[in-house]
Amino acid sequence: MARVSAGVYTSHVPALGAALDQGRTADAPWAPLFAGYEFSRRWMAEHAPDVILLVYNDHANAFGLDLVPTFALGTGSRFEPADEGWGARPVPAVIGHPQLAAHIAQSCILQDFDLTLVNRMDVDHGLTVPLSLVCGASWPCPVIPLAVNVIQYPVPSARRCLALGRAIGRAICSFESDLNVQVWGTGGMSHQLSGQRAGLINSAFDHDFMDRLVTRPDELAEISHVELVREAGSEGIELVMWLIARGAMDCQSPQVVHRFYHVPASNTAVGHLILQAD
Amino acid sequence: MQTPDFSDIPGTVMFDAARARQGYALNAFCMSLMQAANRERFKADEATYLEQWPMSPAQKQAVLARDMNRCLELGGNVFFLVKIAATDGISVQQMVAGMVGMSPQDYRDMMMQGGRPIQGNRSRREWGL
Repeated sequence: MARVSAGVYTSHVPALGAALDQGRTADAPWAPLFAGYEFSRRWMAEHAPDVILLVYNDHANAFGLDLVPTFALGTGSRFEPADEGWGARPVPAVIGHPQLAAHIAQSCILQDFDLTLVNRMDVDHGLTVPLSLVCGASWPCPVIPLAVNVIQYPVPSARRCLALGRAIGRAICSFESDLNVQVWGTGGMSHQLSGQRAGLINSAFDHDFMDRLVTRPDELAEISHVELVREAGSEGIELVMWLIARGAMDCQSPQVVHRFYHVPASNTAVGHLILQAD
Repeated sequence: MQTPDFSDIPGTVMFDAARARQGYALNAFCMSLMQAANRERFKADEATYLEQWPMSPAQKQAVLARDMNRCLELGGNVFFLVKIAATDGISVQQMVAGMVGMSPQDYRDMMMQGGRPIQGNRSRREWGL
């Protein structure tokens, strides 16, 4: 049977992709930020899974306002990097895992989580920047994208996201093949990109969120949208996606193998955690 | 189930269904800038290019003037509007700096010093509103 071996959590700022693609990671002010991912790359080289299920949000690239799926699971075999307006990132295409994705769809929908299934879409920085940060220049395995609407309200609640993660965890653990699966949660941490409050950073909130994510995710699931936006900024709402990944790991006290926090990356507080199942 | 009320949060524009309806054509125009050929056509003649979308005159004027705050008020969303900035060769950070009325250097300095603090920025009351 397949199993969820680890969870990786990281912000997915587009400027990080630009710094990586232009070879500026050793330049000030980026160097201390990328240093926080050096451990992660070594860890990833030693713990490469068979499949990554990567929870992220699309930023008006695959989905505009014509279609606004709340939870969209990539069931296709290949996903190209999107041209977000700057030209596509020079990174490899993402190879999917249609068999496991179809199984997750089947299992989750019969657990009453009505996912949208996507066989064709481009993937943006929300998905490719985390892969670049943790894996380097190429992707070690197939990746199943799970795109979450956190742009047009209503967006899913923290509680729903944690519960969906748990359903995904059950789905993975009932897949016949003996696959090592990691589930990644991306986005956040505190940031706000528009309005007169733009530039907001709340480090105290971010640290508390990371503390509680490890052993008390059910407390985080009670946070309302209003509190999340008030405390973490309008784009800090992306943190609900970390709860999907945490829910997929059925483990009360996972081992924290890496924790990193840095302000800023462009407009954003960067948080990063690696949790291993015991 | 009550609709969440975000109105006490100062300086924050929520992109809800009403704004999405109001901004549908404006945001669709922004999406078109994902194609390099469209970026070139827009740059060659902005006003003519905008005629393809049923945007309001105010929305078109806000785009031509690069008044991003006005675009937000008229239903634009930052992740769509960022494609205009990309077409202009402006970074997200520079665009955000413009929206809060700061020079790019002052905004960058604020971020490097830890960003805009949460203290004093939670509630409209703290802004005297």
